[in-house]
Amino acid sequence: MNFDYSDEQKFLKDEARKFLAAHCGSDRVRAVLDHADTAYDASLWQAVADQGWLGAAIPEEHGGLGLGHIELCAIAEELGRACAPIPFASTVYFVAEALMLFGSDAQKAKWLPRIAAGTVIGAFATSEGSGPVTARSLGASVAGGTLTGEKIPVTDGDVADLIVVLARDGLYLVEKGAGVAAETLATLDPTRSAARLTFTDAPCEKLGSDDGIAAMQAVFDRAAVLLAFEQLGGADRCLDMAKRYALDRYAFGRQIGGYQAIKHKLADMYVKNELARSNAYYGAWALNAGAAELPLAAATARVAASDAFWFASKENIQTHGGMGFTWESDCHLYYRRSRQLALVAGAPAAWRERLVGQLEMRNAA
Amino acid sequence: MDFTDSDAEAAYRATARDWLAANYAEHQATQHDSDIARGKAWQARKTAGGYACITWPREWGGGGGTPIESVIFGQEEAQYAVDGGYFTIGLGMCVPTVMGFADDATKHRFVGPAVRGDEIWSQLFSEPAGGSDVAAIRTRAVRDGEDWVVNGQKVWTSGAHYSDFGIVLVRTNPDVPKHQGLTMFWLDLKSPGIEIRPIHQMSGGSNFNEVWFSDVRIPDAQRLGPVDGGWKVALFTLMNERLAVGAGGGVGPKDILKFAGQADGPDGPLLKDSAFRQKLADWWVQSEGLRNTRMRTITALSKGQAPGPESSIGKIVAANQLQEIGNSAVEAADQYGIIADPALAPLNAAFHMATMSAPGLRIAGGTDEILRNIIAERVLGLPGEIRVDKDQAFKDLPVGA
Repeated sequence: MNFDYSDEQKFLKDEARKFLAAHCGSDRVRAVLDHADTAYDASLWQAVADQGWLGAAIPEEHGGLGLGHIELCAIAEELGRACAPIPFASTVYFVAEALMLFGSDAQKAKWLPRIAAGTVIGAFATSEGSGPVTARSLGASVAGGTLTGEKIPVTDGDVADLIVVLARDGLYLVEKGAGVAAETLATLDPTRSAARLTFTDAPCEKLGSDDGIAAMQAVFDRAAVLLAFEQLGGADRCLDMAKRYALDRYAFGRQIGGYQAIKHKLADMYVKNELARSNAYYGAWALNAGAAELPLAAATARVAASDAFWFASKENIQTHGGMGFTWESDCHLYYRRSRQLALVAGAPAAWRERLVGQLEMRNAA
Repeated sequence: MDFTDSDAEAAYRATARDWLAANYAEHQATQHDSDIARGKAWQARKTAGGYACITWPREWGGGGGTPIESVIFGQEEAQYAVDGGYFTIGLGMCVPTVMGFADDATKHRFVGPAVRGDEIWSQLFSEPAGGSDVAAIRTRAVRDGEDWVVNGQKVWTSGAHYSDFGIVLVRTNPDVPKHQGLTMFWLDLKSPGIEIRPIHQMSGGSNFNEVWFSDVRIPDAQRLGPVDGGWKVALFTLMNERLAVGAGGGVGPKDILKFAGQADGPDGPLLKDSAFRQKLADWWVQSEGLRNTRMRTITALSKGQAPGPESSIGKIVAANQLQEIGNSAVEAADQYGIIADPALAPLNAAFHMATMSAPGLRIAGGTDEILRNIIAERVLGLPGEIRVDKDQAFKDLPVGA
């Protein structure tokens, strides 16, 4: 039994935390937040590429470090803690994973080394409007080797070089260029960019099978585990911020952290964070081992992490009182990010539904 | 990350499995007069095999093993319908306290028989006026020659009616602040002047007792720790409480999943009701979170480390979930849900029983509120509660209900 990071993985995680403390303070997050024309922190992106993190789980033959998904989970947890304003999730958890799952040898050889090097940014385009993505809701279609349709919102769609697009008959690779128009959208979390992408006879290449919804879900299952670690890192950071403030702030003659209303709120945060951590670890195991339990483990990890980060980010603001409602406080950075991460691979309600569906399938088997 | 045993762990598990298969068959084939006699016989069998108190030294009757071996045996033993509940409090809390504070003669007299299950121990701390505030104990002990004379009342004493001995915390000095006037003793529960009355719980059961003391004489030789130094001894006992008090059984997500497959919902089967499905997912996430948290604890034990603070979340989550799952199944039946007759209610009324027993689980072994205080103070490092009674003599403290 070893249900924990190994010593080497802990070392990698500690190094990642130190690196991000030095290179991704909240001033860097705010630089993206406060400048509408800045989609992401390009120098941090390059620094992260130089660390090899983009290719942590990409095999060495394709230019990655070939470490594994547990290592990628460790990095994700630290990126979440730092609220890193870079297109890491889109590029690594969605597009690189989609390529590794469904790509032909040629597709992998063409794109994975560029992703690992940080020269290509990816985006995963599935949604076409309000509500969950279903086969019936899909309008994007391919005819004669070109793709036509509209995707909204597409996280990092305005800065992506390579877009994996869900069409009626499967996933497609589309390169930014002719037939692809991007319009940047105002979002809840401006530290992560999003766009409306309009495809008009855009040249495309099939990625994997004809069952697009199943392929999307397979990518979502993998991304959900990795996102859960980002959410966990963010939730831990919120608890840490709330705890520090509760110890520093005095009201009615004593530290507010001495009042049970605050103590119990923070204890509840701790409970949710630990449930999320334990479930994320199980998801990491299932992802890394290629276990048949992955769909259920991923849904469990995602629901737990979304719940924990939402609770921690909103109660962190509450603990900070009026100060927490100001722009200058960092509380809202995490509140915003918690919304972005909870929705980017489908909302918690849809994942709860998927979780129960998996239980039903298991019971029937 | 992996779930596989180390070579040594796998070998231990294989041996334990063989032992359990052989011994459980023999145990089953033997007739016993009562449930408790059956429990004692199994405990004696485990002791002979080195599987009772696995982490204790062999010289005391234990198994001389490691915490992870204890976990492995527990996992394997859980596959069989054996009830070790009679010994949990004695071996988990009382006897360790005796081992920590009694003289050698006392230890040699009592530890072996307790491990073997020949004698059962109870813990007598809680009182009507001292629940969460355990140090507010009023049961009074007055020195008389070589004895102490004890008068008062204990409450919530699990298993006192079938126990032989107990450890009792009493007030020996009311003129000093509450923590400084307590003393711990061990005693024979058959002593003259002790009356044990079962408590009729709201759930209908009677697992706990009131224990009344009327001029009960306890020799000073039975004192554990110094006179007026009992609070430190009590903390030693309670340190073991969270390890000894399990999350408890009852219904879980798998039970209500099965129920929902057969029950009618507002529009077709309950399992197809989207509001129900959302709740079921959350329960699953909680239960899996606890299961996976136990895996983290076992990992620490397997590496020879102390479990981390995450093990403290179990009871809060499990007790509240039990209440929610029980009540959700009750409500799902609409008007029929008020029927608690096991012949009529689903799963022999297990959801109804969960609804009625969960309030006790949220209180026993540390209330939800005390456990949140403990997490906030010991894990997160937030300030302790303001204690207005800290510097006052116990006899001068205001008292209410």
